[in-house]
Formats: sequence, C-alpha cells, structure tokens
Amino acid sequence: MNTFGEAAIQSLRLVAEFDARLRSIVALSLEVSLSAALIASVLGLPLGALIAVTPFNGRRAVIVVLNALMGLPPVVVGLAVYLLLSRAGPLGPLGLLFTPTAMVVAQVVLITPIVTALSRQIVADAWEEYREALQSLGARRPRVVTTLLYDLRYSLFTVVLAGFGRAAAEVGAVMIVGGNIDGVTRVMTTAIALETSKGDLPLALALGFVLILIVLSLNAAAYVIKEAAQRRFG
Amino acid sequence: MRSVDLLPLVVDSLVFERAGRRIVDGVSFALDAGIRTVVLGPNGAGKSVLLRLCHGLLRPTAGSVRWQGHDQDGARRRQAMVFQRPVMLRRSALANVAYALDLAGASRRERDSRARDALERVGLTRVAHQPARVLSGGEQQRLALARAWTLAPEVLFLDEPTASLDPGATQEIERIIHAMHRAGTKIVLVTHNLGQARRLGDEILFLDRGRLLERSPVERFFRAPESREAAQYLAGELPW
Repeated sequence: MNTFGEAAIQSLRLVAEFDARLRSIVALSLEVSLSAALIASVLGLPLGALIAVTPFNGRRAVIVVLNALMGLPPVVVGLAVYLLLSRAGPLGPLGLLFTPTAMVVAQVVLITPIVTALSRQIVADAWEEYREALQSLGARRPRVVTTLLYDLRYSLFTVVLAGFGRAAAEVGAVMIVGGNIDGVTRVMTTAIALETSKGDLPLALALGFVLILIVLSLNAAAYVIKEAAQRRFG
Repeated sequence: MRSVDLLPLVVDSLVFERAGRRIVDGVSFALDAGIRTVVLGPNGAGKSVLLRLCHGLLRPTAGSVRWQGHDQDGARRRQAMVFQRPVMLRRSALANVAYALDLAGASRRERDSRARDALERVGLTRVAHQPARVLSGGEQQRLALARAWTLAPEVLFLDEPTASLDPGATQEIERIIHAMHRAGTKIVLVTHNLGQARRLGDEILFLDRGRLLERSPVERFFRAPESREAAQYLAGELPW
C-alpha cells in the first residue's frame, strides 16, 4: 500500500478517536484565530463603514491601499510583528513573543485590512441605496454607520468569516511570532508544516482534514444563515 | 407645539449644475402653507432635483432655499420626503416607523404607540411585525408614508410616489396623501400622472429644461396653459 493511503487511513483514525494531541492543537488554533477575527471585526467593520460613508480628501488612495493590504504576505506581517515584540523591539518589555497573544496580534494585523476593505465595499454599495432616505430622516454620520452595519449584518457576517478563514489557514505569521512550541504555540498550520518535514504524515494529514472541515462547515453555515435571512428579511 | 412656521418657503434664483450641465436654471418661487403644489414637466426638466434642493438633500450651485425662522438642518426636521422607490431597513414595518421617531428624538415609550398609530392610519396594522422589505411595493410605499406621517411634518415632498405601482395601490397612496393634507401638511408632489395631478393638486408648477415656465391653479393649467411648452406637454402626455 502506498504511503498516502496508509497515512490517510491512520489520520482518519486520529480524527475519529479525537486524539488528545490533535485536540489541543485544534483548540489552540480556534482560540487564536477566532480571537483575531473578533478583534479585527471590532476594528474593521466600523472603520470600513466609516470610510464608505465619509467623503474626504484622499479617500481613493486610502481605498486602493486598503485593497492592496488584503494581499499582505503573512511572513512579512510575521516579521514585522516579530521585530515589534522581540526583546530589543519597542514592545519587547511586554514579553509577548512566542506566546499565543503574539499570534493573535499578528493575525489581527493580517486580517483587519481584509475585514475593513470588504465591509467598506459592502457598505458603500448599500449607502448608494440608503443615502437619501437616511439623510431625509435626519440621520447623522455615527448613526448612519451603526444603522448600516446592523442592516447589513448578514452580508458582513460573511466578511468576518473570510477574515477568520484567512487567519486559520495562514502559517507564515504564526510560525515566526509563535515559534511553533509544542503545547504552547503549536497550531494546525504550523503543526502540519512541522509533521510533514518530520515525516509524521498521519498527524499532518489529520490536521489538514480538520482544518478543511472547519473552514468548510463555517462557510456552509454562513451560506445557510445568509440565505435564510434573505428569505426572511428581504 | 409649532413655535415658528416653516412656510412660506422662498426659493430664489436657484441654480444646480452637475458635471457641467445645468439642471435647474434660475428658478424662483415661494410656496405657501395650505394648498397642494404639483410639479409637472417632461423628463429631464429638473423636477426631482428641485425637490431635493428644497428638502436639502442637494446643495444649490447658486441661489438659495430659505425656510422661515430655521436653518436648513432645523428645517429638515420638520419636513419629510417620500421617494419613488421606498427604502426600508431590514427590520419589521413597525420598527421602521419607530426608527424615524427615534431619529426625531421621541422617547422609547412614545415611539411604540406613535408608530402603531401611524401604521393604523395607512392600513398596515396587520403586517406591523413583518419584515418591511418583503412587503409588496404598494405596502412599502404606504409604510414610507406612515414613516413620514408619524413625524407630523409641516411639509411633505413626494417624488413620483406611485410611478411603479398598480392602480389599486396608487388609489390607496392618494387617499393617504389626501388625509395628510387634511391633517395640515403642505403637499409638494412631483408626478407624471396627469390624472393624479388633477386629483391631488391645487396649483401646478410647470418646469421645462430647468426653468419654471408657468405657475397656475390646476383647473386653469389644464384648460388653458399659458406657455407653448406646457400645451405641448399636455398634448403629448396620456391623460390618466
């Protein structure tokens, strides 16, 4: 039997048994990436909405930069955060390097532009439609932002998931700032990279399955929620 | 409750340009309380833009829009506007009306009862808790009127409110506009429907290519328009 077949079978057994090592890695991954998605949403959703509804000089440039930042290479983000948090860096005294917190910070930097840029686009499209009605009712800018964020909540949920997906799937940033320390900062992607190079294909593959499963089920859930909301609220 | 009346509205030498094109070209008039004003004119005459300039949604290129005793912002709180396509929020019909009251500064307790009243007046009590966006076009427009009415505006601007509605829904909208007028709101209506202009109007402002060509009582306008352009317009439009 070939190695892939064997590895696949063993990996399925690991998933089925819910292996302890597997479980702790998956749990840390979720913890780090969900935290990052939450923080990025708290920052990015209002910011994107504000940019969408506020005309100012240089807005086009801001939008172009924001869109470009969506393609930020994770390793570069990792390096930048590493320099910030390293012992000699400006935030060195906090002692955050090689902790899960550092990984959250790196992922926040990575996905906040994504959440901001995508929500700006969605809110800007809606603003075209809502502007006159809301202005006529006398809504001022802060209220416009909260109204639009609430009214577009189902579309924006998809944006948050896109951010989470990107965070959970990236390896470069968390590898550099987390250090891939067993039991401390080892997440799914860094574990896959390590186990593959070590030759422990079953564990690597099992983690790969779980990662894909998580991303797939989250997106399926988002799709179902959005469909249902559209039918219900129009 | 009304300390200072908003009307008359004085529009003076109003000009609006967009992308180098003059859409409203030196229009002056005054609108008094009480009578219902209908703005007529061919497509591209600048009717909708004129309405938006009066309501403060657009800033004039030159000239002025003056309300009595209020700046533009203070004045807008005492006006309402209904658009051709109603824009409803993704919440219940009742919550849409309550939202407008919230922006107008009504207390939470007051909001609910006033919103229910408004829905009853436009005959939407039955769908109060349904999501506004899944209501029919006619129901959404009635909801837009409820949202306007609940604010007890001194002036109501309507921009072709029945342009995309069937006759039954149109009739219902006209009934509500009538009722608002009787309750003391000044009506300023843009329409392409000449029958509607006769039914709902007391006076006609006739606009053509950004200019105000004629202002007459409805009956006279339809019997003997003063301008050649108005006569041509009346001859060309279908009479319902």
